[in-house]
Amino acid sequence: MTQTLEKTAPPILFLWIAIGWAGFVLLPWYGVEDGFFAFQWLLDGYPLEDDYAPAAFLIGQGEKLWLAPLLLPLALPLLALRRPKSDPAYARILIASGAIGFAWLIAQGFGIGIRGWTADWLPALFGPLDDRQFGMGYGGLLVASAFLFIFTQGIAARGAVGGDVFVVSAIGGIIAIVGVFVFFPIAKMLVAAFITDDGGYSISVFAAKFFDDRIWGLGCLSGARCGVAWNSLFLAVLVGVITTALGLVFALVVTRSGFRYKRLLRALTVLPIITPPFVIGLAIILLFGLSGSVTQWVAELLGVRPTRWIYGFNGVLMAQVLAFTPIAFLVLIGVVEGVSPSMEEAAQTLRASKWQVFKTVSLPLMRPGLANAFLLGFIESMADFGNPLVLGGNFDVLSTEIFFAIVGAQYDQGQAAVLAIVLLFFTLGAFYAQRFWLGRKSYTTVTGKGDAGVHPSMPRALSIPVITIAALWGAFTVVIYVMIVYGSFVELWGVNNSLTFKHYVTAFSVSVGENGIRWTGAAWDSFWTTIQIATIAAPLTAAVGLVTAYLLTRQMFAGKNAFEFGTMLSFAIPGTVIGVSYILAFNVPPIELTGTGIILVVSFIFRNMPVGVRAGIASMSQLDKSLDESSLTLGANSWQTFRRVILPLLRPAILAALVYSFVRAMTAISAVIFLVSAEYDMATSYIIGRVENNDYGLAIAYSTTLIVVMLTAVAALQLAVGKTKIGRRSNAQGADA
Amino acid sequence: MNKFTTTAMLTLVAGLGATAASADKLTLYCSAQEDWCQLMARSFEDATGIDVNMTRKSSGETFAQIKAEESNPKGDVWWGGTGDPHLQAAEENLTEPYVSPMRAELQPWAISQATSAGDKTIGIYSGALGYGFNTELLAAEGLAEPTCWEDLAKPEYKGHVQMANPNSSGTAYTTLATMMQLFGEDGGFDYMKRLHANINQYTKSGSAPIKAAGRGETTIGIVFMHDAVAQAVAGFPVKVVAPCEGTGYEIGSMSIISGARNMDEAKQFYDWALSTDAQNLALQVNAFQVPSNLSAETSPAAPDLSSIKLIDYDFKLYGSSDERKRLLKKWDDDVSVLPQ
Repeated sequence: MTQTLEKTAPPILFLWIAIGWAGFVLLPWYGVEDGFFAFQWLLDGYPLEDDYAPAAFLIGQGEKLWLAPLLLPLALPLLALRRPKSDPAYARILIASGAIGFAWLIAQGFGIGIRGWTADWLPALFGPLDDRQFGMGYGGLLVASAFLFIFTQGIAARGAVGGDVFVVSAIGGIIAIVGVFVFFPIAKMLVAAFITDDGGYSISVFAAKFFDDRIWGLGCLSGARCGVAWNSLFLAVLVGVITTALGLVFALVVTRSGFRYKRLLRALTVLPIITPPFVIGLAIILLFGLSGSVTQWVAELLGVRPTRWIYGFNGVLMAQVLAFTPIAFLVLIGVVEGVSPSMEEAAQTLRASKWQVFKTVSLPLMRPGLANAFLLGFIESMADFGNPLVLGGNFDVLSTEIFFAIVGAQYDQGQAAVLAIVLLFFTLGAFYAQRFWLGRKSYTTVTGKGDAGVHPSMPRALSIPVITIAALWGAFTVVIYVMIVYGSFVELWGVNNSLTFKHYVTAFSVSVGENGIRWTGAAWDSFWTTIQIATIAAPLTAAVGLVTAYLLTRQMFAGKNAFEFGTMLSFAIPGTVIGVSYILAFNVPPIELTGTGIILVVSFIFRNMPVGVRAGIASMSQLDKSLDESSLTLGANSWQTFRRVILPLLRPAILAALVYSFVRAMTAISAVIFLVSAEYDMATSYIIGRVENNDYGLAIAYSTTLIVVMLTAVAALQLAVGKTKIGRRSNAQGADA
Repeated sequence: MNKFTTTAMLTLVAGLGATAASADKLTLYCSAQEDWCQLMARSFEDATGIDVNMTRKSSGETFAQIKAEESNPKGDVWWGGTGDPHLQAAEENLTEPYVSPMRAELQPWAISQATSAGDKTIGIYSGALGYGFNTELLAAEGLAEPTCWEDLAKPEYKGHVQMANPNSSGTAYTTLATMMQLFGEDGGFDYMKRLHANINQYTKSGSAPIKAAGRGETTIGIVFMHDAVAQAVAGFPVKVVAPCEGTGYEIGSMSIISGARNMDEAKQFYDWALSTDAQNLALQVNAFQVPSNLSAETSPAAPDLSSIKLIDYDFKLYGSSDERKRLLKKWDDDVSVLPQ
């Protein structure tokens, strides 16, 4: 690609320079204590009052002089404005000013905290300091972004990634936010693994903890217990395989069979994903526990004593398969739909039987989907916390051990960090195994070159077992959810079964008084907060995820593997670790977020982004590059191509990412527990509190309400995003998809 | 349409970063049950006009949070939850010493909790350790009603007893420490080993065993007696037992967080929470602990502490992190690995 020679700098550079100056001169540099979106400061002595002053005014008044050096990198890019883009000096100026500015921002942010110098060697070097600073606010944010994007424009001008400003800026932006919100907090947490009892650092402490028999013991081979690492690994592999298989079954039934209740099935498979996890656990206990109805019935039938068989591996496996199959389904449906019928038709024309077509054409083309579904199931199982907590019995897994290492009677953050490293090690292992299996083959089937045909239905030998499994599983899910809804209407689940509305009244009563509607129910506060946070987080998550997926599948750049690894990292770490590491990282300047709603939104974005990335990659690897190329040849730039060609073809992936992140934001618990505050209490932490207090009815009623709300939201999202029309298929199948 | 969406998003976003702006406010970390926490927060608001931001988390979670926030504390007062993490916080200088003028009105155990921690915490309620059993399951199994600790170790109760894991639960650690004090260290560990043979599951959370008993998932659960009473009052077929050999107890505590932003309000809350009126609020919710104020009333459903043989629990020794680490390690190495 050749760059057109321009005499003056592009408008985008003007824009970022202006933003940088606005951040420095116009907006309050430090975080406003009343909150990010409270604008009271405009009336409270801005711009001179210290708390609200922009950096330029602070320096003007002789305060916070360590901000003054920022003027240099802010002024420097002005020199580039008169130069053509092809001038090597243009690139050099932008790179230098962006890098210097960003580095200085970081250095001053970490060097000077709320108690002055943050490290002992700093006063020795620079002399004493009797000033301090709080977390950065609007000003800091704008200036930091400006430096970042001036820097990326410099890199692009030097010809990186074909000199494409959009791509380089997107890469730079994602590296920056992943660095700040994933690497930084996790690094802060993991350092704890090396800290000794008296505060020093030691590798041997780490080694002793890491190779502990409790983690790696193989006692189960000889009758005793195995280490938690093996437990987790074994469980996760099994859950990954089973959920992938079941997800494929459902995807096949929905896209390639004449099964009549597809819509019902589709709705059913989505249910578990929108259920607060411990609710499934409770329902399973009521069915299969020692006093559970199924257990009792079977015991009576066989004349044996009921046992606690569900507690431990069996129960956790059952609950996790129930909970995570929908994720595999969401990933696979897009892939199964995306396999181009042309290939299958070609095989058929060459006289392959239906079974041969499925085995040698359809299935291999679904490989990226299968691999991604397995990876997600594996990681979800590894990081799952709710199900092992309720059903684990004496079967310990890493995620619960990590939680109780932090909040349990030992308060051993180091141990938690070591266990988190083990967990990370497994998930990364799975990640690389997946890449190895996929290899370098091409899975492209949507080429834009006249894609015709309708998916053949499954071969009979396959469709009978597949539909049977789907129907059985569907029935099982129905039973579980009937139990849950029933549980929300009874006085005391399992003890007093008289029907009542009282739990709903307690949680969601509304009274209409003189001052309009009053939300008197106990659950309203957390309910609205949850909806608000989830609504904000979902589109942001989808956006970040899909842009990342686009970069990963469509662009070649140095360090791409590391980049991909970084974007998957936050998913592989259990929520508890994320929660604590977020407090450690974002409770102090330069980024102070604890106690706000922003920290919840941010944690959701980076926890759930990987699903958007995975879904995006799975779908995009099926879209032929020639589509982009023809768009680029016709004069569109990469941003326009992304927006007008790729994005519309990605609707299933967008929907998956949106639904997943919205739903996850409403049902997540482990990270949330540490990040909620009085003003920003989330539904799940409220429900957990109720369960601890024996208010099962209220907890289940609240969960049921959340399920209904989420179902509505998912349906609305589906309508809003719309269907992808690829070839004739959408017309032919429009009625049942 | 687009304009509408943008406006909607902006309105949504606008609420996000805001934290309440008002002169008198208090951030309360509460580790008791949700409804009690709510009632305490609202009643203090009514009594003083100070806005209370209350966050409820378990005591372990709250401790982890206060520790993580150490360099820039966000909370003011930590009210409720078992005494152990409060003592731990005192040991790590996460909490502030304060001598309340209300001390004269308190039970001696509440004050001894304070003095053992250099005035950094104080007792607000106490509850004795014991166990509860599911009457229906016990009858169905044809088992005799247990009355002593020693009963639980009898072979006929094999697979019927549930307790929490002392590594993860303060309740279970109190059980372990109680056995040390009842039977001596050797006798105590011998008992824990025999009990281990009967345990069907070590749960993670302290009150989980009695909840399982309530739902009929285990016959017997070792917990604090007020948790067992709460199950019975909620309608589950649970009977509460005060073991005949005597038993240990917990002291639910309150601490002011070191470096609190609203120190004056924190002290005001502290004094108020020790008053008779504030402690009588427990009667309005299902809280069956014994209050620390001498003239506060105890719920009639609560276990009568005067009829229970309480040991002279050494909070100083068993609350120290060295002793805790030693006992937990010994339990891990000697007890938890035995076959069941």
